[in-house]
Amino acid sequence: MTQPPYKAPLLESPLHSRTAPLCLGNEWTRWGGYASVDTYLNTEHEYFAIRNAATLFDLSPMRKYRVSGPDAARYVSRLVTRDVDGLRPGRVAYAVWCDDLGKVLDDGTIFRFGPDEFRICSQERHLCWFLDCAIGYDVNIEDVSERIAAISLQGPRSFKVVQALGLNDCRTLKPFDMTHFDFDGGPMTISRTGFTGDLGYEFWLASEKAVSLWDRLMEAGQAYGIRPIGSRALDLARIEAGFIVPLVDFMPAGEALRPSRGRSPFELGLDWLVDFGKGHFVGRRALLAEKERGRGRRVVGLDIAGNKPARDALIYAGRSKQVGAVTSAMWSPTCKRNIAIATLDRPYDTMTEGLWVEIYVDKERKWEKAMAPCRIAARPFFKPPRRSATPPLDY
Amino acid sequence: MSAAFDVIVVGGGHNGLACAAYLAKAARRVLVLEAASDVGGAAANREIAPGFTVSACAHLLHSLHPKVIADLDLTRHGLSLSASDIPTVALDTGGKHVVLRRDQVMESLTAHSAADAAALPAFYRRFMSYAAVLQPFLTAVPPRLGGGGRQDRLTLIKLAWAVRKLGRQEMREFLRVIGMNVADILEEAFESDLVKGALALDGVLGTSFGPRSPGSVFTLLYRLAGEAGGLRGALAHPRGGMGSLTQALASAARASGAEIRCGAPVARILAEEDRTSGVELRSGERFAAPTVVSNADPRVTFLSLLGAEHLDTGFVRRVSNLRQRGLVAKLNLALDGLPSFAGLKEADMGGRLVIAPGIDYLERAFNHSKYGEYSEHPAVEITIPSIHDRSLAPEGKHVLSAVVQYAPYDLKRNWDDAREAFTDLAVETIAAYAPDLPRRILARQVVTPLDLERDYGMTGGHWHHGDLALDQLLMLRPVPGAAQYATPLPGLYLCGAGAHPGGGVMAAAGRNAARQVMAMEGVA
Repeated sequence: MTQPPYKAPLLESPLHSRTAPLCLGNEWTRWGGYASVDTYLNTEHEYFAIRNAATLFDLSPMRKYRVSGPDAARYVSRLVTRDVDGLRPGRVAYAVWCDDLGKVLDDGTIFRFGPDEFRICSQERHLCWFLDCAIGYDVNIEDVSERIAAISLQGPRSFKVVQALGLNDCRTLKPFDMTHFDFDGGPMTISRTGFTGDLGYEFWLASEKAVSLWDRLMEAGQAYGIRPIGSRALDLARIEAGFIVPLVDFMPAGEALRPSRGRSPFELGLDWLVDFGKGHFVGRRALLAEKERGRGRRVVGLDIAGNKPARDALIYAGRSKQVGAVTSAMWSPTCKRNIAIATLDRPYDTMTEGLWVEIYVDKERKWEKAMAPCRIAARPFFKPPRRSATPPLDY
Repeated sequence: MSAAFDVIVVGGGHNGLACAAYLAKAARRVLVLEAASDVGGAAANREIAPGFTVSACAHLLHSLHPKVIADLDLTRHGLSLSASDIPTVALDTGGKHVVLRRDQVMESLTAHSAADAAALPAFYRRFMSYAAVLQPFLTAVPPRLGGGGRQDRLTLIKLAWAVRKLGRQEMREFLRVIGMNVADILEEAFESDLVKGALALDGVLGTSFGPRSPGSVFTLLYRLAGEAGGLRGALAHPRGGMGSLTQALASAARASGAEIRCGAPVARILAEEDRTSGVELRSGERFAAPTVVSNADPRVTFLSLLGAEHLDTGFVRRVSNLRQRGLVAKLNLALDGLPSFAGLKEADMGGRLVIAPGIDYLERAFNHSKYGEYSEHPAVEITIPSIHDRSLAPEGKHVLSAVVQYAPYDLKRNWDDAREAFTDLAVETIAAYAPDLPRRILARQVVTPLDLERDYGMTGGHWHHGDLALDQLLMLRPVPGAAQYATPLPGLYLCGAGAHPGGGVMAAAGRNAARQVMAMEGVA
C-alpha cells in the first residue's frame, strides 16, 4: 500500500527487523532519511561496551557510491583533496572533498577495490556533486546505498567475535585494510575501520544478507558481551577518538546559507589530507591561496579543568575576548578527562595558556555559570595500543 | 618547447583578430591559429555560386565598436561601408509596408498609423537614453562582485550613477522596463501590429526568446547601445561583405606583427603546473606560449580544448549550464535579378526588410522552437547587399542574405534531412511578398545551427556563444569566475562573443580581453 508522502515514515534499514525489537527505549534519530537507533536502552551501558567488550552498530544508512571505469582513479583524485595514487587496492582512506572555494562539502572513506574501482562512503547524499565532478571523465558513478548493508563491530573483543565466526584471516588486517569473504554464497567485505578509535571491523554485504550476518554476529558475540549500540554511545566514543562530524563540528559548505560558514581542510585541522603535488583537484587554487594567506581559524582538541561537560560553550582569551566555541564536549570516563572539540580563531588556536571556557551548569534546574581554564590538547584523546596493534591484542 | 610567442590566440574570428591586433600593437609576439582555411569565423564571406559573394552568417553591422575602428585604423586596412543608416522595412502582406529608421517618422508610418507616428520619436529617445546607460560598459571589464578590488567597485558605482543620472522618473521607468518583455512594452506604446512586430524582432533576434519572454527588453536595449557608421542604433553594410571586415582586422593584426595561420585547428590548450603552456593542433604540432587567449566559445574552450580536469566542479557546472541553443538559420541566395516586392519602393529595396508582421506572429514562430520544430511561419530579416555593392554579384545579378528565425539547433528531425524542406519554407515565406523570387534563384544555401556548430565550432550553433540575456551578461558572462576575461587557469583568457559584452560583430570583447591580458601578463 502506498502512502501519501506527508505520511511516509522514515525509511527502514535492512536491519530494522533486528534493531527495532532491541530498541527497548524506543529512542530513534534520523539519518539520511532512515530511522536510526539513538539509544537501545542505556547510553552508558552501550558506551562501556564499546570500550570493554564488543558492540554492533547498524551502519546501513551510510551512503555508498561505486566509482568505476578507466578514469576512476583520476576522478577520485580530482574529487578529494588527498592523494589516492598511493592508495593500494585493498586499502581504505579517510578523505574530504571541497567546493570551488576550498570549503569542505563532506568527509568520508574511500575503499579501493581495484585499479579502476572504488567505493566512497559518506554520511550524507552527494550523487549530484559526484556526477558533476565526473564531467569530462570516463567514469561510472552509481549510488549503491540501498543494495549494500553495513554493520560495524567495535570494541576490544571484536576480533574474538570475528574469530568465532571463523574469519581468522582478519588477524592480519591492519587499520584501513580490507579483505573479502564469501558469506551465505555472496561476497562480503570486511574492513578494519570504525568511528570509535578502538579495535573494530566494518562488514559490507548485500542488503538481503544483512539480517543473517547480524544474527550470526550476535550469536558469536554472546560469550564476549556483545551489545548493539545507538548513535549516542557512538558519538561519545568518536569524541574520545577526536573525530569531527559535519553539521556538528562544522557546517558543510553545501548546507551553509552564510557564505562565511564554510570551512577548509586547513581550518578543520586536516592539513595532512591536502596534497598540492598531485595535480589539480576541486578547490586546489582556493586552498593554495588560503595556505599563503594563512587560515582564519582551526578546529582543536581541548582539555578543560573540572568535570562539567562544556557543551556549546564559548571560549575566551582572558576573561572577556571571545575567540571561539566548543562544538563537541564530554566528560571522558575512559580518559578521566574533561575533553572537547572546538573551533578557535587565529591566532588563539596556538595559545598555550589563558584560554577559558564558559560552561553553563544545570544543578537541578538551577543554572550556574562556571569559567573553567582549558588548554589545547592533542587528538585523539584516547589512543589505546589495541587500536592499531596487528595482530589484534588478546582481550 | 621554447616559446616563440607571448600570446597564442585560438580562433581567428573578429574578436580573436581584434584581440591579436591590440596585443601585437602593444609589442606582444602574437600567433593566431584558425581552424578554417581563412580568417573570419562567422564574420566571413562565402561564394555561393561563381561570382556571387555573400556574408556567410552575420550580414549587418550594428555594433562594431568605434573605438576598435579608430584604435586599429581599420579604415586604412580596408574597412568601408557600402551603405549606412539603412532603413528597416516592415513588410506587409497587403503591400502597405512601413519604413522605420531610428526616430525618423517616415511618410509610410504616418499613413499606416498616425498614433504610432506620434509615439515613435518619444519611444525611441527614451530607449536610446536607456541604451546610453549600458553603452559605456561595453568597453569596460565587468566588475567582480564581492571580493573585488577598487576598480570593480568603481565600475559598479559608475553603473549605478549612470542609472541614477537618468533622473528620478526615468530611473524608475528604466528599472521597471529592464526585466520586462518587449511585447508588453510595445503594446504600451504602439497600436500597429506591423510596427510592433518589426520593433520586437530586435528584442529576440539571435536569442532563444519570444517577444513575450521576460528580459527581451534588455536584449533590445543592448542592441540599441551599439552604433554603426557613427550613429547609435543604426544599421550598415560593410563593403565587400562581412568578410571584408575580418580581412581588415587581419590586415591590422599582421601590420602590427601578429602571425596568422589558417588551416590550423587547435585540438588542445595545454597546461603545466597549473598554468597554460601553449596549444596542440589536431595535427599534433605544438606551439608554446605563456598566455593563451581563446576566441572559441566558453564551452568549447573549457570543456573540449582545456578539459574539465583543470577546473573546479562548480565552475564546470556553470559552463555546462550555459544557455546556448541556436535558434537562427541563414539563407543565402544567388539571384539572376532583383526580386520585386509588391508595393515596395525601389529606394527601400536596399533596406533591411523584415517579415515579422505582429507580436503574435513572432510568438507563434517562437512556439515551435520550444518543442524542437522550426517555425511554420518564420520571422525573416532580408538584405540584398548587392544593391549597394556591385562587387558581390555579376552585373545585373544579385545576392540575397536572410536571417530566418526560429530554427532550433535541437530539431526533432535531423537537420540534414530537413534542410531542403526548410530552405523551401524560407524561400516561400519571402515569396509571399516577392512572388517572382523562386524563379530568380540561381543557387541557394542554408546555414542551419547544426552547420554553425560543425563548420564554425560554435556550441549549439549559437551566434553569440550563449544567449545575450540578463542572466548571462556583464559580470555573469559567460559565468562568474571567468567574467573578467581571465579564467580560473592562470594564463588562459577568453576573448570571444561568450565573454562580455557578447556577440553581434562588436569586437569589443576582443579589445577588452587584450587590455586585460596586457594588464595581467608581463612580456616574456
